[in-house]
Amino acid sequence: MIFLFLRSNYLLIAKYKSVDYKKNILKIICNSQILITFAAQNFNNYINNQILEQKIMLNHYETVFIVTPVLSESQVKETVKKFRNFVTENGGEVVYEDDWGLKKLAYPIQKKSTGFYHLIEFKAEGEFIKKLEIQYRRDERIIRFLTFKMDKHAVEYAEKRRSNKTN
Amino acid sequence: MADEIRYLNPTKADVKRKKYCRFKKAGIKYVDYKDAEFLKKFLNEQGKILPRRLTGTSLKFQRKVGQAVKRARHLALLPFVTDMLK
Repeated sequence: MIFLFLRSNYLLIAKYKSVDYKKNILKIICNSQILITFAAQNFNNYINNQILEQKIMLNHYETVFIVTPVLSESQVKETVKKFRNFVTENGGEVVYEDDWGLKKLAYPIQKKSTGFYHLIEFKAEGEFIKKLEIQYRRDERIIRFLTFKMDKHAVEYAEKRRSNKTN
Repeated sequence: MADEIRYLNPTKADVKRKKYCRFKKAGIKYVDYKDAEFLKKFLNEQGKILPRRLTGTSLKFQRKVGQAVKRARHLALLPFVTDMLK
């Protein structure tokens, strides 16, 4: 029953199963929200709950990609939408998005001297990055990409910059 | 001839100013790879990363600057090789 409902997070659950045999607590978690809590005997085993919750901490990432300039405006938007949806569909959470627009490249890439830059800041599991980068490589419209794991200073900086922009 | 004094090395007219790490002084903790204009301060005219002995950056931040410059180059925000960057 559980596996049906969370097919994409199958691995995650399998990992937690080894914990719950001992602790008698099983939490099924998706998108950092607790969907089901199973408790066999030790219901108020507070420490164990904490351990479980620490394990599902999502990492903060930032990804920048360059879309080829031969596309029209709407095609670029479609590409961006594809990747935004890809993040949200795989248990990620988009924190911030920034469109830098058409920019001149410092050196030619695939014989092109300009490109549409787009930045997405999101929270996701580490496993997701592999999938995302495969998608980037498969997509011909993407000429360059970079995914960056943000530490606390980077997150702080990004937030500060955002608040400066809006003011 | 005899009354003329010559020095082999030029006399130290100006006092050397002590170098400092601008990140430590300003309390910056994160070097942003997206800010190409800022990173250009750490590059020479050919787009090479300047050594610590010239910029005075501390080792910790020199590593971060290096990493950020390399990221910016990958994203074509900074060139790998060029002339007359400044």
